[in-house]
Amino acid sequence: MAGNETMVRFDKVTKRYGNFVVLDQLELEIAPGEKVAIIGPSGSGKTTVLRMLMTLERIDGGVIWVDGEPLTSMRRNGELVPADQRHLRRMRGKIGMVFQHFNLFPHMTALKNCMEAPCAVLNLSKAEAAARATELLEMVGLGNKLNNYPAQLSGGQQQRVAIARALAMRPKVMLFDEVTSALDPELVGEVLNVIRKLGSELDLTMLMVTHQMGFAKEFADRVCFFYQGRICEQGPPQKIFGAPENERTRQFLRAVLEAA
Amino acid sequence: MFWDWQFVGQIIPQLLQAAIVTIFATFLGFLIAAFLGLAFALGRLFGPKWLAIPLVGLIEGIRSTPLLIQIFFIYFVLPEAGISIGALTAGVLALGLHYATYCSEVYRAGLANVPRGQWEASLALNLPTWRTFRDIIIPQAIPPVVPALGNYLVSLFKDTPLLSAIGVLELLQTAKIIGSENFRYTEPITLVGIIFLLLSLASAVIIGFIERWLKRHVMRS
Repeated sequence: MAGNETMVRFDKVTKRYGNFVVLDQLELEIAPGEKVAIIGPSGSGKTTVLRMLMTLERIDGGVIWVDGEPLTSMRRNGELVPADQRHLRRMRGKIGMVFQHFNLFPHMTALKNCMEAPCAVLNLSKAEAAARATELLEMVGLGNKLNNYPAQLSGGQQQRVAIARALAMRPKVMLFDEVTSALDPELVGEVLNVIRKLGSELDLTMLMVTHQMGFAKEFADRVCFFYQGRICEQGPPQKIFGAPENERTRQFLRAVLEAA
Repeated sequence: MFWDWQFVGQIIPQLLQAAIVTIFATFLGFLIAAFLGLAFALGRLFGPKWLAIPLVGLIEGIRSTPLLIQIFFIYFVLPEAGISIGALTAGVLALGLHYATYCSEVYRAGLANVPRGQWEASLALNLPTWRTFRDIIIPQAIPPVVPALGNYLVSLFKDTPLLSAIGVLELLQTAKIIGSENFRYTEPITLVGIIFLLLSLASAVIIGFIERWLKRHVMRS
């Protein structure tokens, strides 16, 4: 279980809502630094994959491994038992998430949004946290909006603050959950540019659920097509977009391209 | 003469003195109501399961019985159990406890209205539970319910004359004493009414200020 070859591993992970199986014995391995795009029709379990990794959803079966350790369970006397809060907190610290609807704290400035968790969780001093937050906000191109409140920012700017906020916690894995879906079309580009920049400048493992096929094609190392709670087909973007083998994949891509 | 201005001049200082007691009881009572109410709401929504049933029982019990009975209970019955407290303290406690149950319902609505995304972002950022409440949830839950809390402040204020029943020298009790000593009730009782009216209007204005200030400085939306 060396952490070096695999950053994230889904081992027969199952998720149900009542009788509805969202994820069916999912197997997925992601290498450190790998950028994986998850595509698929709605209801196929894409977002659930990210939400389970972020511990926002309970796991009904199987184990998720992050950085060589089980995410929601821990070893005790050679057996896996449900994790305590300390373990969960430590594991969560390795993961950052950006949401479709930003979920910024509306009563805090962009700077404060990016300082809150570093102060509370990493025990940084106010000055250290502010310096880091400023640096990150500059990186996402918002160095001149430090003291603006979310309501004073455009959707694209808010999403960039949300990215900076997640990065401030120094995660190893970043999750992007349809981060451009709630944006006006003209604002999508600025957010994707920031993600491109992270990809080239930081040593991050990235997992993104996206409807931006063009971006997935250009940015991802691997594309996973989800259908009915399973990975129906996966591979390098050239193959998935250029020569998909599975009929479902072809149908889906055809439908998406027609809409675009 | 029906209305004696000279008598009014004589009793005004005494009534203003009593108004201070009324204001004091109102603020202290509301302070208890505001904090205890928040504790009730948090306990009911997020507390351990074993706490929920006794808490709901307590809240419903207090809400469904008259305030006057609660005042009497704290002042006359608790001493039987060895807990002896002064009239003003008993009155303030009763007011605070009674209105805490109403405030808790208001807070509950405010807390329930904070979007789920705020909780999820807090969890994703690994914020400790108490920081999530203190910095994220409560600051967003309270400003929208300030008008409702303000209504209860005014209601509580108007209920302070009930404390006259246990002999607290607040406005009404003082007016009654003045009346019985001078055989004139018209002026003292009317003045008490006017003082209540003015103070109620003043507090409505102050609550309006607080509301607008919160909108501008905390809500930001």
